[in-house]
Amino acid sequence: MSNWKNLTGPLSSNNPVIVQILGICSALAVTVKMEPALVMGLSVIVVTAFANLVMSLLRNGIPSRIRIIVQLVVIAALVILVDQFLKAFVYDVSKQLSVYVGLIITNCIIMGRVEAYALGNKPWDSFLDGIGNGLGYAAILLIVAFFRELFGSGSLFGIQLIPESWYIANGGFYSNVGIMLFPPMALIIVGTIIWVHRSFNKDLQEK
Amino acid sequence: MGLRNIVDKIKPTFSEGGKLGFLASTFDAVETFLFVPNTTTQKGAHVRDAIDMKRTMFFVIIALLPAFLFGCFNTGHQVGLEGFAAVWYGLVRVLPMLAVSYVVGLGIEIVYAQIRKEEVAEGYFVTGFLIPMIMPVSTPLWMVALGVAFAVIFGKEVFGGTGMNIFNPALVARAFVFFAFTPQMSGEKVWYSDWTMMGAQVDGVSGATALEQLSTTGQMQWSAMDAFLGFIPGSFGETSTLCILLGGLFLLFTGIASWRTMLSVFAGGLAFGYLFQLCGVGEWANVPAYYHVLVGGFAFGAVFMATDPVTSAQTNAGKYIVGFMTGALAVLVRVVNPAYPEGMMLAILFMNALAPTVDYFVVEANIKRRKNRVKLAK
Repeated sequence: MSNWKNLTGPLSSNNPVIVQILGICSALAVTVKMEPALVMGLSVIVVTAFANLVMSLLRNGIPSRIRIIVQLVVIAALVILVDQFLKAFVYDVSKQLSVYVGLIITNCIIMGRVEAYALGNKPWDSFLDGIGNGLGYAAILLIVAFFRELFGSGSLFGIQLIPESWYIANGGFYSNVGIMLFPPMALIIVGTIIWVHRSFNKDLQEK
Repeated sequence: MGLRNIVDKIKPTFSEGGKLGFLASTFDAVETFLFVPNTTTQKGAHVRDAIDMKRTMFFVIIALLPAFLFGCFNTGHQVGLEGFAAVWYGLVRVLPMLAVSYVVGLGIEIVYAQIRKEEVAEGYFVTGFLIPMIMPVSTPLWMVALGVAFAVIFGKEVFGGTGMNIFNPALVARAFVFFAFTPQMSGEKVWYSDWTMMGAQVDGVSGATALEQLSTTGQMQWSAMDAFLGFIPGSFGETSTLCILLGGLFLLFTGIASWRTMLSVFAGGLAFGYLFQLCGVGEWANVPAYYHVLVGGFAFGAVFMATDPVTSAQTNAGKYIVGFMTGALAVLVRVVNPAYPEGMMLAILFMNALAPTVDYFVVEANIKRRKNRVKLAK
């Protein structure tokens, strides 16, 4: 399977967030809790996959001078579909994500993959590439959100994991690490993931 | 010298190729801690001087001692003890923090030195001593440990270790703990120790610090003299301006700290203090501007933090500029921003980040000046 690499490459050695350094802003914004991070990850998977598919199908019919406009129309249409879907079925999460769903349009990963891959490759390959990159993005989002929610709020997916009786307010010794809720700490976590990832993938290390 | 023989005997085991060769850095650290190394640099020009990094660090610790001892006394004093009992109470309270700071910090440093096959640098001795001094005595030990770990890893080791850090590691630790555990690092109760020992009256005491009182009401319940001597609640080592100045004099006398930085931090703080008072900004306008120097961490930051030779500016003109802006920013945060009664930590960290830029422009200006001189001569 030659196109298997399209799907697995972006998970690690060509990860959109920690290797291509795309889509950092939303990785900082929506990772305070696991649930919005998961929904955001799924939305981006859907949008990248179908944006890649559509653009790959259209690639021979679009004059290259107007390709950006066409890309924007396609991506915007997909994002609006996703946004309406979320509003209809998971309204609470949609409220939490607020503007960030709309801002998927500006997520550099989508435009980046369409430009770099879909415009020069066959539809099925492009579709897999989109899913792979979306998965790579979602994986990083979930790792960051895992640490931020566990240490910042003491819970995962809204379920309290650290016993209430541990907290100082209830006579215990523990306290949530409040700095985890601030975006700068998400940046430091992303940096740490890059650090760990590079130390296992020596070929990615910059000289 | 029995110890020397023992060290020499086990040395081959820890050298490269030995059984425990992977612990070479740890062994080297212990050996140079016990004995002054007798090796000299073989190549290149270098300065002959009685002072080296180890002695520098040791001198800074001596300079910190007056403030440290007074901090011990004041910790007891704030819960109603007097004399020797107060000092003892404070010592019992702060030594665990000091131990945690050194064990965690040095542990991480040694692990990193080992991984990178470097010698363990002495830089942490001062940092580890500073960290308990700039925290409230009631800070839980695991928070101290977490702050230290964060500071050593993300404040220092990711940049390449001692001498390469952009930010002052002790302040990184404090900033981390401050933003991570805000309820335990600010408020009314945290400045008093909550240990009942030797008849300490811990139940009755709590109250805003001088800084909070000044920024909300424009007056404080202590006299300026009390604040100068240090009989006010605050972080462990920061309260006594007198003791800090004594340590500062020692640092200036030994030439370790830069008088340019120190002087210009005070100048910047006082200048902006007077400026804000003239304009009548905030509650601080009710008291003389020199109160800024007496309360909170201003003096401690100016003497021990802003003068850090690694993170401060390197050029002389840069030292004046960075120092002045540090003092000015600290006062600006205190007077204008009600969310942060204390601005010194943020001011120093911010100017740490700007110092290389200031240096760059100072150097560029110098190059330009000298180029013009060459042009004129031609």
